Amino acid sequence: MSERLVTFPHMGEYWIAFETLVRELGATPLVPPRMTKHTLELGARHSPEFVCVPFKYNLGNFIESLEAGATVIGQAGGGCRFGYYAEVQEAILKDLGYEFELVNLTSSWSVGEFIADFKRIAPGASTLRIARAFAIAYRKAKALEAIEDRVRKSVGFEVERGAHDRVVSRFHQRLRDASGFRDTARLEETTLGELGAIPLDKPEQPLRVGVVGELYVLMEPFANHNLERRLAEHGIEVHRFVTLTSLIEHGIRSRPHVRKLLGDADPWVKYHLGADGTESVAMTWKLMQDGFDGMAHLKPFGCMPEVSAMSVLQRISREHTFPILFVSYDAQTAETGIRTRIEAFADMLAMRARGRTSA
Amino acid sequence: MRKAYLGVDIGSISTKAAVIDEAGEIVASSYLWTEGNPIGAVKRVLSELEGQLAAADDVRVVAVGTTGSARELIGSVLGAQVVKNEITAHAMGTLSLHPDVRTIFEIGGQDSKIIILRDGVPVDYAMNTLCAAGTGSFLSSQSRRLGIPVEEFGDYALRSTRPTKIAGRCTVFAESDLVHKAQIGYAIEDIVAGLCNAIVSNYLNNVGKGKEIEPPIVFQGGVSKNVGVVEAFKRLTGHDVLVDEIGHLMGAVGIALLAQSSGAEGDFDFAVREFEFQTMGDECGGCANNCEVVYVLRDGEFLDGWGARCGTGIERARVSASAR
Repeated sequence: MSERLVTFPHMGEYWIAFETLVRELGATPLVPPRMTKHTLELGARHSPEFVCVPFKYNLGNFIESLEAGATVIGQAGGGCRFGYYAEVQEAILKDLGYEFELVNLTSSWSVGEFIADFKRIAPGASTLRIARAFAIAYRKAKALEAIEDRVRKSVGFEVERGAHDRVVSRFHQRLRDASGFRDTARLEETTLGELGAIPLDKPEQPLRVGVVGELYVLMEPFANHNLERRLAEHGIEVHRFVTLTSLIEHGIRSRPHVRKLLGDADPWVKYHLGADGTESVAMTWKLMQDGFDGMAHLKPFGCMPEVSAMSVLQRISREHTFPILFVSYDAQTAETGIRTRIEAFADMLAMRARGRTSA
Repeated sequence: MRKAYLGVDIGSISTKAAVIDEAGEIVASSYLWTEGNPIGAVKRVLSELEGQLAAADDVRVVAVGTTGSARELIGSVLGAQVVKNEITAHAMGTLSLHPDVRTIFEIGGQDSKIIILRDGVPVDYAMNTLCAAGTGSFLSSQSRRLGIPVEEFGDYALRSTRPTKIAGRCTVFAESDLVHKAQIGYAIEDIVAGLCNAIVSNYLNNVGKGKEIEPPIVFQGGVSKNVGVVEAFKRLTGHDVLVDEIGHLMGAVGIALLAQSSGAEGDFDFAVREFEFQTMGDECGGCANNCEVVYVLRDGEFLDGWGARCGTGIERARVSASAR
């Protein structure tokens, strides 16, 4: 092995932050090829049939990156089957004959382990350098999230179609090149300004929908068939709270965070449902009380924490006549069914809202 | 001249159409099999409607709506003002007939759905996921297996006094249960009645799960013509279940109403059926997504295309269509 080429799984546009992280650590990043159906086919072919679909996407990314010459893979884990992804994927890829090193960044949530893991990615990197690299990548992730949050809330009301996308794609390019904290902060500010200048045709009280569920299908538009955008296109303000940085913050302060979620989810949930399950219930309950028009709940087929959350959500929906769109994702790529459901859901919200104002 | 609105509901099994006047009254309607050829079915529907309208005085269609699984294709073919999903269309159509309806059951050829309404507004809905267990196509394949015309299925069920138990969760299990029960000697009536029960309990446990099913209940879709299933619904919900003579037209009426309320109007001519429409499917090849692009040609010219994740696929389809 000559050069160390570090790769990672795709998730939304976070590749920009991951790429920066690897570069700032002093290693060479290899961004996995853009996600396509082929990625999923590759991943699904070599995955256990019944594993949740994010595993298949990740594995597909890894295979495509390894084929492109990657020698080091960074992977994470979480409080569900996600916690076993790294080990199982490593075994599968080794069986396929690839030579690489896999670093699981979340084998434990201690700062010492964290730094040791980063040193495996970039041997020779000083602790100071690691801290700085992480901080810059984190700042870029924050910037991405701020922009995406704004877009979710306004893209459905743009007067000229594509106006937001134009700003955002320029932003991605510039974020990639942004050199440090100040650069990133300035870019975030100008981009928010550009987005703010886009003419909108937005009612005073737009329909508002919250999106909750399993982290990967929430954050990867390819995997959720662009659900957030499709909802928005029906004239809806879309709100999402699970982001990469929220997950990292909650991972580090997991005990107080779970305690707070259980408080928010009271009286529906008494014990932590694992992964994002409790958060799905807590957010739904909170947004309903805030007067949101509905929720969308996304999960990979067979996702245990979210299946547990679902039965609670169904009860909230029934007892409070609060619309919740449930979507389950697997390796299927046909979009028609999902589009029909989103459209019907949006129509329903609009009719309900009209009924309220005329009553 | 009276203004009228055409609604077309193109399902996987049947195609329904209705022309309504400004008061929402049906002035013409048609119902026939799609037979895997939605464009052909729509042409036949149009010629039937035109015949019926010739008798009515001076009616002119000013807006068109399409719904059902072929709504986009037929929407382009007819130049529709409104193209909407079948859930919304069914809710609107049913409300026009039953303003007080609180629950709509719908079981069609490939899918089943439930719509919950309160005070004339849809508040919740669900659709079957992934699999077609317990829908019309399952019923018709089982009726073939048992050698009974699907139209008589319901009567067989009503004659049964001791319905046998059939697993309704999954088509494959139901089928093996069915074969087994027949082989060990159950009467065919009891098997058919068991099947009707299985369909209903499958529906209530899946699509209807967690929903507050309150009367008035209206039951629609092809399967609502099966009295055995209707009776099973009544028994298992404990409520009366209404089936309208024109229940099959509700999607078409609903989309016609939506076309009317959209306010958009355009020139519609029944002569559209004279055109030669041709549909083509292709893999884009622009990137590894290889989107399946479907497009339709009118008299050899590119009319519309779907199925691409980005603009490239449609552009390629347009180019390859004009190169033909």
